[in-house]
Amino acid sequence: MLRSLSFFSKNTKELGIFSQYCIQKCSLYLSSALRHGEYEWQDPKSEDEVVNIVYVDKDGNKTKVRGKIGDNALYLAHRYGIEMEGACEASLACTTCHVYVNQDYVDKLPQSEEKEDDLLDMAPFLKENSRLGCQITLTKDLEGMELKLPKATRNFYVDGHKPTPH
Amino acid sequence: MKPCFSIVLRRFCSRRTVPQVCVVGAGPAGFYAAMHLSKNLRPVKIDFIEKLPVPFGLIRYGVAPDHPEVKNCINQFTKLANQENINFYGNITLGKDISLDNLRQHYDAVLLTYGAEEDKTLGIQNEDAQNIIAARNFVGWYNGHPRDKDLKVDLSGRTGTIIGQGNVALDVARILMSPIDLLKKTDITEFALQAISESNIKELYLIGRRGPLQVAFTIKELREQLKLPNCLTIWRKEDFEGVAEAVVNLQRPRKRLTELMLKSLDNQSSQPGSYENYFRPIFFRSPHKFLVHNGQVSGIELTCNKLFGDNIENQRCIATENKETIDCSLVFRSIGYKSIKADNGLSFGTSGCVVNENGRVIDNKGREFGRLYVAGWLGTGPVGVIIHTMGNAFQVAINICHDLKNCESSKDGFEGLKNILKNVNSPVITWQGWEKINRFEIELGKKFGKPREKLTCISKMLEVAAE
Repeated sequence: MLRSLSFFSKNTKELGIFSQYCIQKCSLYLSSALRHGEYEWQDPKSEDEVVNIVYVDKDGNKTKVRGKIGDNALYLAHRYGIEMEGACEASLACTTCHVYVNQDYVDKLPQSEEKEDDLLDMAPFLKENSRLGCQITLTKDLEGMELKLPKATRNFYVDGHKPTPH
Repeated sequence: MKPCFSIVLRRFCSRRTVPQVCVVGAGPAGFYAAMHLSKNLRPVKIDFIEKLPVPFGLIRYGVAPDHPEVKNCINQFTKLANQENINFYGNITLGKDISLDNLRQHYDAVLLTYGAEEDKTLGIQNEDAQNIIAARNFVGWYNGHPRDKDLKVDLSGRTGTIIGQGNVALDVARILMSPIDLLKKTDITEFALQAISESNIKELYLIGRRGPLQVAFTIKELREQLKLPNCLTIWRKEDFEGVAEAVVNLQRPRKRLTELMLKSLDNQSSQPGSYENYFRPIFFRSPHKFLVHNGQVSGIELTCNKLFGDNIENQRCIATENKETIDCSLVFRSIGYKSIKADNGLSFGTSGCVVNENGRVIDNKGREFGRLYVAGWLGTGPVGVIIHTMGNAFQVAINICHDLKNCESSKDGFEGLKNILKNVNSPVITWQGWEKINRFEIELGKKFGKPREKLTCISKMLEVAAE
């Protein structure tokens, strides 16, 4: 329903803003309806739909991806072979799709909700611009956004490491 | 003739040049490592050896039943296990049915990921009294671990105490205080559901030896606890002396967690009325001894602690002369897990993990074992959530890939183990066997309106797998 709204909205500016608002605010509904990422495998139907973004892996290698409005950044990454895990399948129960959003775009994303923030608190290498990839839904505003993957893990605990006491 | 023969020989052996990797323990660490190996080391053959007839380790037996989303990674694991180059062999115990030497003899690389299955003890007086329960076993009991199916837990008293302030402690509290209608829809075992529905426990203490700024639980778990309907959380105001002032200097995760506790502390006085359940976290207390009546625990004598040290998050606690007593008829000990030494060939360090360097296992003389690796809690200690285990497993797998890059395998893998296993009475359970158990459990769950009802008896599992 939301997606069809965004099709019709092309002509009128107000409706365009409205539909993007919808997509941002209602990204939860979108992702739950399309949990397995089938939508991300559909190519954009027109240039108006296209949102180009860049994934940067932990070694700095960039992959340019031609996404579209409504794509979930986690499942889009899966389509293009980017190593973003997504263990809980976008159900907001893990942090394995942790990404850094480049500064210019941080404010263009809808603010993270409490549940996402709670999970991010558990993510290794948390930064100011950290988000969960599964909570990012592409909009036209996000054209040119870069999503950088964090380092794989904190350093090894070799023997002698004392686990944090309770 | 001769060159021709060698070509034939090479052809004949080419099947064997595929590196053979054995993963001991089919939990998240093993699966994530195998996932990386299978993707990056082609070709490779990976065999899981698992003590239980069923896979997934702590995902199946540790993750709380009311957190089904966390278990979604099982879908990925299943996809992996269905690949032709991956095999699962359940119901085989390392150190009993098969030795580490056996595995190293028949595989090019052995990765140990069998986790941390024992619980740490306090080592204080009367710790063996009735109704002092390892949180580990309680979790195993409600999650259907065969080892814990006969756990005796008496929930007839009004007050219980949990020692420890980590996420396992909060899981135990939440399961005991959640509305039964919520638990009913989960895959919690039917016998645990029955017992919890009849529970009289109305008050739970959560005891930590240090302060609010050092708690080990994470904000997600605390928020769930605070949001439980019909349960009031009551903090001790005096425990929070100076905490509000310290908040500004904290890093984000600790800061948000502390702010949530302070907010809850502020709210507690403005929430009068009576509640069904009361949750009472207490800080700066260490158990000194258990009090016993007729063989069953009747209370805990606590030592009051003071904290020392400049770095707030790393402050140490020192006992004072002061004591406090709490009356309770049930105690959960939740102060951490430790690994067992499954095979005598392994050397354990002082921190209770297999000694290793970046996942490569080191012997007691500091030398590297050839191609023996460790990942997950067995190598890192029992800390962190799934992303930490995943990250560690991937890192170790990268090292295995590196070491096996030009491996000319001459190993026969599981074929070679069959000879040794033929003397073992209990049957080996393959992935097909697990799938039968899986279907059986899901079917059984339908009767109770649950996603599954786990089989908790190993002989029943074997029976279903053999059908």
